[in-house]
Amino acid sequence: MSPLLSVENLRIAFPSRQGPVEVVRGVSFSLGRERLGIVGESGSGKSQTGRAILGLTPVSGTATADRLEFDGVDLRNASTRQWRKLRGARMSMVMQDPKFSLNPVMTIGRQLMEAVKLHGGKSEAHDKSIAMLEAVQIRDPERVMAAYPHELSGGMGQRAMIAMMLVTEPDLLIADEPTSALDVTVQIEVLRILDRLVTERGMGLIFISHDLRLVSTFCDRVLVMYAGRVVEELDARRMNEATHPYTRGLLNCLPTITGDSRPLPVLARDDAWLE
Amino acid sequence: MAFIDIEDLEVTFEGSGRQVRALKGVSLAVGEEESFGIVGESGSGKSTVLRALCGLAPVTGGRISIAGEPVQTPRDPAFYRRVQMVFQDPYASLHPRHTVDRVLSEPLAIHGFDHAEHRVEQALEDVGLGSGFRFRYPHQLSGGQRQRVAIARALILEPKVILLDEPTSALDASIQAEVLNLLDRLRAERGLTYVLVSHDLAVVSHMCDRLVVMQGGEVVEQLTREALQAHATTEDYTRNLLTASEGFTRDPAVQR
Repeated sequence: MSPLLSVENLRIAFPSRQGPVEVVRGVSFSLGRERLGIVGESGSGKSQTGRAILGLTPVSGTATADRLEFDGVDLRNASTRQWRKLRGARMSMVMQDPKFSLNPVMTIGRQLMEAVKLHGGKSEAHDKSIAMLEAVQIRDPERVMAAYPHELSGGMGQRAMIAMMLVTEPDLLIADEPTSALDVTVQIEVLRILDRLVTERGMGLIFISHDLRLVSTFCDRVLVMYAGRVVEELDARRMNEATHPYTRGLLNCLPTITGDSRPLPVLARDDAWLE
Repeated sequence: MAFIDIEDLEVTFEGSGRQVRALKGVSLAVGEEESFGIVGESGSGKSTVLRALCGLAPVTGGRISIAGEPVQTPRDPAFYRRVQMVFQDPYASLHPRHTVDRVLSEPLAIHGFDHAEHRVEQALEDVGLGSGFRFRYPHQLSGGQRQRVAIARALILEPKVILLDEPTSALDASIQAEVLNLLDRLRAERGLTYVLVSHDLAVVSHMCDRLVVMQGGEVVEQLTREALQAHATTEDYTRNLLTASEGFTRDPAVQR
């Protein structure tokens, strides 16, 4: 089976006073219908990688790749019309913070139904939206449909956004820190919803996060990024066999409930990792 | 007699004809030079306890006393020389148009400290920044460096108590370790008392000897670090928090 998404030598550069700065430097991977995690710290290029796949690199930046293919469609030279067919309908993205990513002056219902209507299915838009809200475990979907984003808690807003992204049943979902703004208990609930949808609908999921421990328990495969490069690719269950010092450092520097190591080991960065 | 004594603390926010009882009678006792943790989910009132302590929340009932003396409302300057706070988001808590030097000099001027020059340099040294950072603006610093400046600002008045409101939740894991180590070292060196609020049980367990778990404006359980490590909790809520903080577990029904 050919992969759903293949990325080869993806590079993203932004102009600066000192000339272009490359924030993603040659990232390659392919994705089937699985859960792929991308982990790294702020500035490692993980979010830019996710955005480039959807063609959402900010206008000031330039993204180039030797290959960027989604289900047989070359994304590098996709026209606006092609993008419109892909985004939302076949691939979509869940952003980090529902407060900034939902339209504050539209009710959840209108935003949800807009997505359904745009991709066909005007008549059943309402029913579909309600069903989707139920699928993300919102107990009172009618109330949430009529609510504005500020009337919902963080967890509810995030679930509403996930519903919005999934209502068109995309093949690929990119989730950029979907649970970082949430409490631990809610975080697990949201992940469980994502997990079930991935399993039931056979979606491909790219899960971008800075939390290596969380990713290792949730994903099948993990890419560890450092300064715009993938430094290690791991089977999530074999996290303890990580060999790259950066991955090891990230794993060790987290405090644990049971462990008692003080001072905590700190990550010593090595310029050699940049190569 | 505990160093920080909070009894039946109540905080009620009022707005547009609605009353929200953020704290419904919280009692805590923190010993001198102790590191005390408060955990709970968003909206449980954990940050409100800290804000009420330093006079930033409308206290509607209960008593707060520090070293046996009830605190004054509004708080007097002597209170702030003794109690300082570090906020969650270093991007929001530093004035964007003040240099690090000005951020650190201002509390010294307000409280009439001498040798300001020397104290600013020393404070930067203490948090591992060095004098090279003295004339930078917050936007020229990384998140971890900013949080160090915020810690330096709290320490410069030589307080006894530091209130830490999620001091590392805005930082990367690798930077979090550095800041936690810094806080640990400063407490050991200066005999500080910490009250640390976090939603991350692992951070609290690493930093604190004792902790309380809060939910819906009330304390549901008080634990020692040993009890937490042994999972010796009596409340379901704490147990849920513990399970959740160990990472994702696949729902057996879905796994198949």
